[in-house]
Amino acid sequence: MRIMGNNAVEIKGLTKKFGNFTAVDNISFEVRKGEIFGFLGANGAGKTTAMRILCGLSRPTSGEGTVAGYDINTRQEEIKRHIGYMSQKFSLYPDLTVRENIRLFGGIYGLRDREIEEKTDALLGLLEMRRERDKFAGALPLGWKQKLAFSIAMIHDPELVFLDEPTGGVDPETRRRFWEMIYEASESGTTVFVTTHYMDEAEYCDRVSVMTDGKIAALGSPEDLKASYGAADMDEVFRTIVGRAGKEDRK
Amino acid sequence: MDAIVIEGISKSYGDVRALQDISLQVGSGEIFGLIGPDGAGKTSLFRIMTTLMLADSGSGKVCGLDIVKDCRQLRRIIGYMPGRFSLYQDLTVRENLDYFATLFGTTVRDNYSNIKEIYSQIEPFADRRAGKLSGGMKQKLALCCALVHRPSVLFLDEPTTGVDAVSRRDFWTMLARIRDAGVTVFVSTPYMDEAAMCDRLALIRDGSIIGTGTPDEIIAGFPFRLLSVRGRRMYPLLKELRKTPGIVSCFSFGDSHHAAYRPEETGKEKILASLSAAGFGDCTVMETSPGIEDCFMWLSHR
Repeated sequence: MRIMGNNAVEIKGLTKKFGNFTAVDNISFEVRKGEIFGFLGANGAGKTTAMRILCGLSRPTSGEGTVAGYDINTRQEEIKRHIGYMSQKFSLYPDLTVRENIRLFGGIYGLRDREIEEKTDALLGLLEMRRERDKFAGALPLGWKQKLAFSIAMIHDPELVFLDEPTGGVDPETRRRFWEMIYEASESGTTVFVTTHYMDEAEYCDRVSVMTDGKIAALGSPEDLKASYGAADMDEVFRTIVGRAGKEDRK
Repeated sequence: MDAIVIEGISKSYGDVRALQDISLQVGSGEIFGLIGPDGAGKTSLFRIMTTLMLADSGSGKVCGLDIVKDCRQLRRIIGYMPGRFSLYQDLTVRENLDYFATLFGTTVRDNYSNIKEIYSQIEPFADRRAGKLSGGMKQKLALCCALVHRPSVLFLDEPTTGVDAVSRRDFWTMLARIRDAGVTVFVSTPYMDEAAMCDRLALIRDGSIIGTGTPDEIIAGFPFRLLSVRGRRMYPLLKELRKTPGIVSCFSFGDSHHAAYRPEETGKEKILASLSAAGFGDCTVMETSPGIEDCFMWLSHR
């Protein structure tokens, strides 16, 4: 069964334990349809573990919720088909050509051959990459790789796309061009769930959550967070929240 | 004497020109940053300067020692922390440190004072396996291992990549202390905000150095004036600014857009009027100074 509400993600009391280590500790939040949601946190705070559950790759120890309307405990295969996923570390196969990458991911996301053909043509046109169709993905300039990887993550028109550090190690202009693609996707109604270590990018999100030690320590719009922490920018908000958690750690 | 001298170094992998005629000097006792995105050639240059790979052409010296002829002596006086985790995961903290000390024919005890400040933070976990340490602690251990033989020059290849903003700041504080103890630090990073922590730096892109100097010198070279523009509808505002006459380029910088303009062609009032006419009367416009990212983007297009 699929639950259709106003939220693309709805999580209640989500917990994940590995042995006696609690990686995600009873977190609850919603991501509204169409918003750009920034998922921030210190290294080791539990972001990746939480994100793996939301993407249907791991089961929670306890807690409940839906992603794209599908239950995170029972409908993981449906979740995988209805979301897009991209990370900077892994997104394209460098030894496959542009066309082969599109075909492979189209197949993985369950498109029919006919659809893949149409999508390939439309996508190459939109990205102005027709002349590059038979080039290896690994040989493309970084900016093009990113555009292609993002478009491939959206090839099955998912209502929700997960971007895991999509701009890590990317030059300043390409990083900003990438965010313009995120804006475009968001304006056309796609929900965007994104992690980043660049605090200026946190300002581009509609709402942001900050995880420390498996818990969500703060959640709100960048304006609200800056106001409530009396901070000039999101970098200061982040340092205040994470710095405070670090001190409690050492006690 | 310069601690590092790089002269005309080039390196290709097949058709890919990874480094093109790189020349740099790093002064003794400074933190020198090599700043650029993934794929710019940072690691290639580090591997060549640490004698792990040969350049196709050009030459290099570290503390007067040639990177080819004197490679054996050179290896004794440098510390190197490669980009990927460089420790033995199945050895404990103490074993890793002992191992690296032994490689250089010395002991941890003889050099304890040199690493004490950083090592004392991980010493409570001396018997824990390196693979079981948190990211921040691994980084500290790797730094201790690179420092245990009292090197004159420390090469750090992207020590802060993938590290959160708070840990990154802590790491740079440690680097400043290492520099103050007399070690030359040559460090690479893709994070432009770390430029301010360097004494001098070089910006690298597609295998070429596009700018070099102190952070202030690089910023002083920015040829345009810069406006910081905020409004309610940020993305439409960005697109409008790019269409505004006299604006050379415009990009988002956190909660505002940076619009570079030529003062001989336009000005703040003119731009504000033009934005107002386009329906963006609610935005605020302020003169601002460029940062390293503004400079990098301009230098990339030059």
